[in-house]
Amino acid sequence: MSNEAVAQQTATDNEVIGPEMYRKIDAIIEKYKDKPGSLIPVLQQAQDVCGYLPHIVQRYVAKGMKMSPSVVFGVATFYSFFTLVPRGKHVIRVCLGTACYVKRSEEILEKIKDELDLEVGEITRDKKYSLEAVRCLGACGLAPVVVIGQDTYGDVAATKVMDIIKKYE
Amino acid sequence: METTYRSNIMICAGTGCVANGSLKVKDALETELIKRNLQKEVKIVLTGCNGFCAKGPVMVVYPEDIFYQLVKPEDVPHLVEEHFIKGRPVQKFLYTPPAQKDAIPVMNEIPFFKHQVLRALRNRSLIDAEKIEEYIARDGYMAAAKALTEMTPEQIVSEMKKSGLRGRGGAGFLTGLKWELCARVPGDIKYILCNGDEGDPGAFMDRSVMEADPHSVLEGMIIAAKAINAHYGYIYVRAEYPLAVHRLQLAIEQAKDRGLLGKDILGTGFDLDIEIYQGAGAFVCGEETALMASIEGKRGMPRAKPPFPAVKGLWMRPSVLNNVETFANVPPVILHGADWFASLGTEKSKGTKVFALSGALNNIGLVEVPMGIPLKTIIYDIGGGVKNNRKFKAVQMGGPSGGCIPASLIDTPVDYENINKTGAIMGSGGMVVMDETTCMPAMAKFFLEFTEDESCGKCVPCRVGNKTLLTILQRITSGEGREGDIELLLNLSQQIKDTSLCGLGQTSPNPVLTTIKYFRDEYEAHIKEHRCPARVCTPLVKFVVDKDKCKKCGQCFRACPTGALKWEKGQVAYIDPEKCTKCKSCIKACRFWSID
Repeated sequence: MSNEAVAQQTATDNEVIGPEMYRKIDAIIEKYKDKPGSLIPVLQQAQDVCGYLPHIVQRYVAKGMKMSPSVVFGVATFYSFFTLVPRGKHVIRVCLGTACYVKRSEEILEKIKDELDLEVGEITRDKKYSLEAVRCLGACGLAPVVVIGQDTYGDVAATKVMDIIKKYE
Repeated sequence: METTYRSNIMICAGTGCVANGSLKVKDALETELIKRNLQKEVKIVLTGCNGFCAKGPVMVVYPEDIFYQLVKPEDVPHLVEEHFIKGRPVQKFLYTPPAQKDAIPVMNEIPFFKHQVLRALRNRSLIDAEKIEEYIARDGYMAAAKALTEMTPEQIVSEMKKSGLRGRGGAGFLTGLKWELCARVPGDIKYILCNGDEGDPGAFMDRSVMEADPHSVLEGMIIAAKAINAHYGYIYVRAEYPLAVHRLQLAIEQAKDRGLLGKDILGTGFDLDIEIYQGAGAFVCGEETALMASIEGKRGMPRAKPPFPAVKGLWMRPSVLNNVETFANVPPVILHGADWFASLGTEKSKGTKVFALSGALNNIGLVEVPMGIPLKTIIYDIGGGVKNNRKFKAVQMGGPSGGCIPASLIDTPVDYENINKTGAIMGSGGMVVMDETTCMPAMAKFFLEFTEDESCGKCVPCRVGNKTLLTILQRITSGEGREGDIELLLNLSQQIKDTSLCGLGQTSPNPVLTTIKYFRDEYEAHIKEHRCPARVCTPLVKFVVDKDKCKKCGQCFRACPTGALKWEKGQVAYIDPEKCTKCKSCIKACRFWSID
C-alpha cells in the first residue's frame, strides 16, 4: 500500500472504531489478561465487536495484553479466521474443499467474481458483499456448497448462484 | 414422570439436513401433530447426523424403524395421516435403491446401512445430542465409572493396548502405547487434549461425532485422563464448526452438574476439568505440536520432535492428544473389553472406521465399517455406485496428505497397511470419489494450491518446494508443460517428503506422486499432446465437435447459454468460436464425449 492509501485506511479505521468499541475491548482484555495463551480468544472477540482487526485495534490489544504489537500482528495474520479489512454486510463463502471441487465449485467462484467484479478477500464498492473462498465446511454431502451469512446452500449451480445472492440486499 | 409415547420420530438435525430444511419439517410436524391431537402419542426428537446426507432431510420412525427421505414441510400432513393415523408406511418417502423398483421401508435393510457396524457412531439416530439422560440410558458414562472405580491406570493402558485401537486421526499410532508413554513420565501437571480440528477437505466425521454424541468424546477423555493422571483437558475445535462447539459446551455443563466432570468425579477423588478451545482457521493446527502452540496463543507452527508431546507437550508439560473419533471409540473398549473390540478388523487394524463418502457417488454420507472391508463394498454396495451411470475413475483418501486409489485397485481391503501400500493414506477418513470427468493433473494442482496456501512457512522444503510443485502443475494444466516436467515433479516430491519438518510437508506431495503413478498417461497427454482427456483444463480444450462421435441428439444445443452452438435435428452440432465463451455447459451436457 502507498503512504496515501495507508493514511486513508487509518482515517477510515478511526471513523469505524468508536469509543463504545474500545470499551467493549477493554472488558474482553480485563477478562482474559491473566490467563495464559488467551490472545486468540481475545482477538476473536475483538473481531466480533469491530467486524475486523485493523492495526489500531491490534495495537490496542497488544498494549492491554502487555505484548509486542508484532506478536499480535503475527497471530492475526496467521489464522484465516481473522481479517484485517472490513467485511461486507453479507459474507459470501464458496467452499473449495475436495468434494465441492469435484463438483466444480471453482466455476461458481468464477461466476461470482465476474458478476460482482471482485476478487477473493475483497468487498464490493457498496459494501454489500464480500467474497471468501473456504476449505471445506464439513457439509460435503451437499456439495457444491455456498454459505451466505449464516445460511448454507447445497447443490448450487454456477448458473443459479446469482439468483441466490440477489436475495440478500 | 415423563410421558411414554407410542412412536418416536427422529429427525436428523445434522448440518446437511438442516441446510435442506429439516428444522422446517420439524415445525410442520409439531403443528400437524397438535392439529391431530397426537402430541402426547408421538414424540419428535432432533438427532445428530444420520449419515445418509444425500437424501436429506431424513427421519427415522421408531419402533418400526421406518426410514423416510427427502421430506418437505408441505408433505407433512399426508405423512402424519398415512403413518400415524392409518398406520402404514408412506411409499412416496421411502428409499428405493438406484435401478430397482421396490422401496425398502426398514432402515437397517437399506444397503447403505446394512453393511455398517456402529461403534464410534453407536448412538446415531437414537439419542438427542443435547440430553445427557439419553446418553446415559445407552450405557453412557458406565465405562468412565468402571475406569474410575475399578481400574488402575496400568489396567486401562493394558486394556487399550490389547484392543489394538489405533489413532483415527490418520497416522494410526497405537492409542494405548501413546497413553503408556505419557503415563510413565513423572509430573504433577499433565494435559489430555482432543483434536477436533478436522481440517482435511472432504472429511466430516469428527464434526458429526461432536454434534451427534458429544458425551462420548468427554467420556473417552475422562478414561484417558485417569490413565495418564491428567486433571486438565482441552478440546480444540475448528472455528467453522459452531454447532459442535455449542453441543460440546452444553455437554460439559451437563456432565459437571451431574458430578461426571470437575472436582471429585463420582466421589472417587479424581478431578478433571475440560475446556473448549476454538481454532481460528489453520490447517496445520491439525498437527499435534502446532495445535499445542495454538492453544498457547501463538502462531500454530509445528516444532521438531523429540521431545515428543508425551514428554513435553502443551506448556512443556506431558500431554496426550487424540482425535475425536479415537476418544469416541474408547468407552466401548473399557466397557466390553479389548477382545470384543479386536473381534472386528484385520490383523493389525482392529475395530471399525468412520468414512465420509462424497464426490460422484449416489449415496453420499457418513458410514462406519469394519476394518478390512473391500473398497468395492464401500463404493458400490454402500455408496450405491457412481452417479449418472458414469465410470468410476479413482477415490481420493486422506485429503491433501493422501493420494488417489485407481479403479484397478478397487478390491483393496481398507485398513492402514493396505491403503498405505497404494501410496494413499487412511487419513482421517475422507473418501472423495471421482468419475471420468475429473482431470488428475488438475486434481493434484488443486491439492497443491491447498497445501501451498496452508504451509506455515517455517521450513524451506514445504514453503518453497510446494510452491514450485504448484508452478509446474500450473504450467502443465495450462498447456505449457515441458518435456521432463514429470521427472522434475517426482524428484522434487521425494525431496519435500524427505526433508520437511512436520506431517504437512512430509505428505503434501502424495497427491502428485499417486496421480503420476496411476495416471501418468494423463500427464503425458497434457504435456506432449496438449490435450486434457477429461476436458477440465480449459486452455487445452478446443471446443470442436467430433463428427464421428456426435449422436446428433441436441443436448449440447439446449445447454448452450450463448447461442454459440448450432444444431438441427439429424445434424452434427457445430460450435461457433466467435460466440463461444468456453463455459463448458455443452461438455457437461454431452453424454458421448464428442466435444474436444
